Amino acid sequence: MGTIDGRLWITFNGEIFNFIELREELAAKGHSFATRSDTEVILNAYREYGEDCVHRFNGQWAFGIWDTDRRQLFLSRDRMGVRPLFYTRTKNRFLFASEIKALLACPEVSAEIDLQGLDQIFTFWATLPPRTAFKNIWHLPPGCSLTVANGQVRVRQYWSASYMQAEQSSSDEGVLADELLHLLEDATRIRLRSDVPVGAYLSGGIDSTVTTALVRKIAQERLRSFSITFEDTEFDEKQFQDEASRFLGTQHSSISCSNSDIANVFPDVIYHAEQPVIRTAPAPMFLLSKLVHDAGFKVVLTGEGADEVLGGYDIFKEAKIRWFWGRHLESSWRPLLLRRLYPYMESLQRQPTAYRQHFFRVTAADLSSPFFSHLPRWELTARIKAFFSADVRAALSGCDDMKEIAEMLPPSYESWNYFARAEYLETKFLLPGYILSSQGDRMAMAHSVEGRYPFLDCRVVEFASKLSPKLKMKVLNQKHLLKRAVDGLIPASISRRPKQPYRAPDGKCFFGNSAPDYVPELLSRRVVEEIGLFDPTAVSALVAKFQAQRVTGIRDNMALVGVLSTQLLVHQFINQRIEA
Amino acid sequence: MHSEMAGQAHFQRDVRNFIVNNFLFGQPLELQADESLLRKGVIDSTGVLELVAFLEGEYGIKVEDDEVVPENLDSIASVAAYLAKKLSSRS
Repeated sequence: MGTIDGRLWITFNGEIFNFIELREELAAKGHSFATRSDTEVILNAYREYGEDCVHRFNGQWAFGIWDTDRRQLFLSRDRMGVRPLFYTRTKNRFLFASEIKALLACPEVSAEIDLQGLDQIFTFWATLPPRTAFKNIWHLPPGCSLTVANGQVRVRQYWSASYMQAEQSSSDEGVLADELLHLLEDATRIRLRSDVPVGAYLSGGIDSTVTTALVRKIAQERLRSFSITFEDTEFDEKQFQDEASRFLGTQHSSISCSNSDIANVFPDVIYHAEQPVIRTAPAPMFLLSKLVHDAGFKVVLTGEGADEVLGGYDIFKEAKIRWFWGRHLESSWRPLLLRRLYPYMESLQRQPTAYRQHFFRVTAADLSSPFFSHLPRWELTARIKAFFSADVRAALSGCDDMKEIAEMLPPSYESWNYFARAEYLETKFLLPGYILSSQGDRMAMAHSVEGRYPFLDCRVVEFASKLSPKLKMKVLNQKHLLKRAVDGLIPASISRRPKQPYRAPDGKCFFGNSAPDYVPELLSRRVVEEIGLFDPTAVSALVAKFQAQRVTGIRDNMALVGVLSTQLLVHQFINQRIEA
Repeated sequence: MHSEMAGQAHFQRDVRNFIVNNFLFGQPLELQADESLLRKGVIDSTGVLELVAFLEGEYGIKVEDDEVVPENLDSIASVAAYLAKKLSSRS
């Protein structure tokens, strides 16, 4: 689309939810509109406010504006990183797109795995922006804009999460809960602005039940809700989904996901994710978006983001217990609280006490680390790098991911408490790099479904970032303020149930009689050797362990999924391209 | 005494083989018999359960819950010593 005078041209992926208010504001300033679309609002906002226009947008976007007068390209991506925006440079061209495969369609763009990107995924579950899994292909970080003018590329961060908390008193709690509910209602209301019917994901947890309840409160017509159920009861939440649907009166549809379903769609999942993953959790989301698409829906509201901004994740609880223990390391009873962690993970619950305490151990060095909260997770994940081939390990010598991530922290990070730091690490890196991308937008858009996230409304995020951690997690009760805010809106049984994060069966999906042919092929010694990223002996031993059903640990599962997804990525994006 | 030491050496070899195949996936790693498997990062948070399953399956012993402690299972040498003690108490 272009402006009436032909000066500005835009390509846009996403939504500006407050476009109606912005349109009125811009019209009052004399701007004229030929359409009623949010796309034209972006153009006129850019004309009025220049690059600062993005501060006025409440939405999820990736767009590029070509300014013919200034001969300047302006790219921007939303604050939280909902919408993807990749770019690369060749000898004579600057290229950008919503998908890496669009860039790779250009013959002058080479397809090669970025080994440091791979190393980062095998540590943090995501690459550190702007790095991607492909060499010389970059991801515009969330909250950033980029300009290209006179052959120069300049990236500017226009927004970043900040946790300068005010210490609220307990008497403020009711007021703050009301304010949170009001913000969530409005965040939901503007996300219902759509030309097409809007549905909702209903996982059986608090967050999606809240968003569904808010939709029901605002829109009177009967709402369609969608969910995944698992054959494997360890992961299944059908009981709570049905309960939420009954309570909220939604017309509910679910899709049952078996282990073989996960294995069968996994190549498609990696094709759309465009990066290796170390968990299969995106695969059921791929199936779920197909269910939504087949039901004739193109937009769904989900509860994504609540755990990050309102203190829901177990890693926050883990950090709280470890910090509490770390203040009196000699205490014998404080580490017993570790038993309260991850009640849904059978393998962790079976851990002997001494081993559990070792895994979540706290040292004096840990307490002073800027990454205190995430050290156990990152250390555990990084062990799967033992599967890298000798060549990859040699190429990576000298790479220091911890130094790279430390250099990305904002100056004020040092003054934040351990809880805020943990929230920042989740929100800044895992959320855009994995949750919203591999597990979110990429899986939804694979079936042309758009996810919208009221908890990631910029007003909600900024409100939450100023809350005291005590209001987010009261003792060990996660999302305390949210639960208080929505009391009565959702079933008490869902509000009170222990946190059950969304997970899916992992490595075992790829073995057994129904395993698809690509699995033994891509994990064979021959193909592993040909691709050269992993040690063939180690991969063969891991495969043998799975075949013998001797796997119990998280590490082995992450290794298997990480290796297989990387092999799939190379096979689909590099080898098939060469063959073509 | 001599046969007890020979037995422990045998157990150490078996345990080392199990660890190399099961946790190191055949990859070489300098691992002294008395080095901590936890500190070395060889055994993850649930790996000890695999080690227990191996000992019970291979040697027909029952590892009691209160025996699953690092003192018994955190190095190749300590596992071998634990195994020797366990088997001798059975005979």
